Amino acid sequence: MKILTVVSEHRFLFEELVKRDFKDKYKRTVLGMVWSILLPLFTLLIMKIVFSNFFGRSIEHFTIYLFCGNLLFAYFRESTHVGMSALLGNASIFTKINIPKYLFLLSRNVSSLINFGINLCVFFVFCMIDKIDFSWNFFTLLYPVICLLIFNLGVGFILSALYIFFRDIQYLYDVFTMLLMYMSAIFYSVKSFPEEYQKFFLCNPVYVYISYFREVVLDGNIPGLMLHLLAAGYALGALLIGAWFYKKFNKKFLYYV
Amino acid sequence: MSENCVIKCSNVSIRYITGDFKSIGLKEYIVRRLSGKYRVCEFWADKDVTFELNRGDMLGIIGTNGAGKSTLLKAVSGIMVPTLGKMRVTGKIAALLELTSGFDGDLTVKENTFLRGAMLGYTKKFMCEMYDSIIAFAELGEFQDRPFKQLSSGMKSRLAFAIACLVNPDILILDEVLSVGDGAFRRKSHDKMNEILAKGITGILVSHSIPQVREMCNKILWLDHGRQIVFSDDVETACDAYEMFLNNKKLPENEAEIKSAAASFRALSRQKAESASAKKHAEAKKLLAENVDGDVVKLAIDILKKHRPESLAEELR
Repeated sequence: MKILTVVSEHRFLFEELVKRDFKDKYKRTVLGMVWSILLPLFTLLIMKIVFSNFFGRSIEHFTIYLFCGNLLFAYFRESTHVGMSALLGNASIFTKINIPKYLFLLSRNVSSLINFGINLCVFFVFCMIDKIDFSWNFFTLLYPVICLLIFNLGVGFILSALYIFFRDIQYLYDVFTMLLMYMSAIFYSVKSFPEEYQKFFLCNPVYVYISYFREVVLDGNIPGLMLHLLAAGYALGALLIGAWFYKKFNKKFLYYV
Repeated sequence: MSENCVIKCSNVSIRYITGDFKSIGLKEYIVRRLSGKYRVCEFWADKDVTFELNRGDMLGIIGTNGAGKSTLLKAVSGIMVPTLGKMRVTGKIAALLELTSGFDGDLTVKENTFLRGAMLGYTKKFMCEMYDSIIAFAELGEFQDRPFKQLSSGMKSRLAFAIACLVNPDILILDEVLSVGDGAFRRKSHDKMNEILAKGITGILVSHSIPQVREMCNKILWLDHGRQIVFSDDVETACDAYEMFLNNKKLPENEAEIKSAAASFRALSRQKAESASAKKHAEAKKLLAENVDGDVVKLAIDILKKHRPESLAEELR
């Protein structure tokens, strides 16, 4: 809540930061925007070609199944990746002017959220083409999206703080996201694992969000209470740890930049 | 704390940590930790600094490079917290520290202006109203849509100053900002600053220009390697002593030494002035006595008499 009041106090600054991050990202090119749609589609195409033979036969609507995983995972990866450098990239500002530091992270997350929104629209177009039944249940998709947004912010807080202390975090994190991607059941189904192993997938927050999506979109069901609790739990957990980091090191960051 | 007191800085010490931990990365950190080679050095940028400012005061902070001036300002503006001691500040602060950093090279001048304005806490409406006068003041009318990185460094600081001097704060912190731009702009910025200060706000000025400090400040703080040499409202004495210190590098230890240093500086400058005028005197006399080309010299003197009488020795005027 306090964050919201500070953001509204600094609304003008926040707007300007968002504008700046947007312009920096796309370098004022129209193609820059187009790329952010095309790139996930290329990934989708490649995965479709490569994995259709292995997993495509056992999974219905395989394209949508892939798209679900890719869509959410790409959002997670992009958001945390740009979030990581949010503090260090703005070091020349916060060492000179006293403004709340998390504004930098929030503003970077706005552009990846917009990106995600665009890709979500493309996703729904694909759903229509693939003759998925749209139902009122689709509105529950808002829940995992909000949870993922909060989760991304939390991870972004943690990463951007760590990145100030250890610059090689970025390489470690790349390896970590790759591992996480293979563990998120993006192009295979957890059903191919024995029952007792399937639970372990729920330790992976991104998998939780992905499977929520799939259950709504592919099965037309609203997921059970367990998935709801996990989704919210991971999000709040990450946010709390991140907020604690920022609070603890708020005035110490400047020694390290 | 009296009602009038705006800034109360009591026994503030600020410690920097330097050493191995900076940008070595996780791998190197673990290696050094394991091999016992991990070192962190402490470094006191400010030690036991105490001062108090009332509304309307203008404090000048002087000292050589690395004296801890900028660090102290960071503590005043809330960017840093004092390691020891207490800093109490009442009122809205505008800190103009290292003006040109924090701009984004790829954004245009216009976009940067708004971004900076937002950072300094102005509202959008205010910035829209003031934008034209900012650009006019910075004399950057024809550069508005250029990327910021294409500006010259003088232009950059001019823009930064123009945005910053719109501020309407209770406390204004100026870190070497009055020395930007060319001569004409410097005069302009100086006037603007005086105009702001005349509104009765409290100011802190860090400057290496002693005449400026003498002219603008009514209180003075002299720091040397983080140590407070003097804080007083006798600006002239402190400035004289400081200039003497710059001459002979002998740091005065107490008040008496400061006074004697100031006295010897005054004596020195009087002596210098005397010898300079004596020299001029002699030269003029020589010129007249030799009368190499008497008419030309006389003509030159006439012209000078008309336009620059102060540049002539007394008996020629």
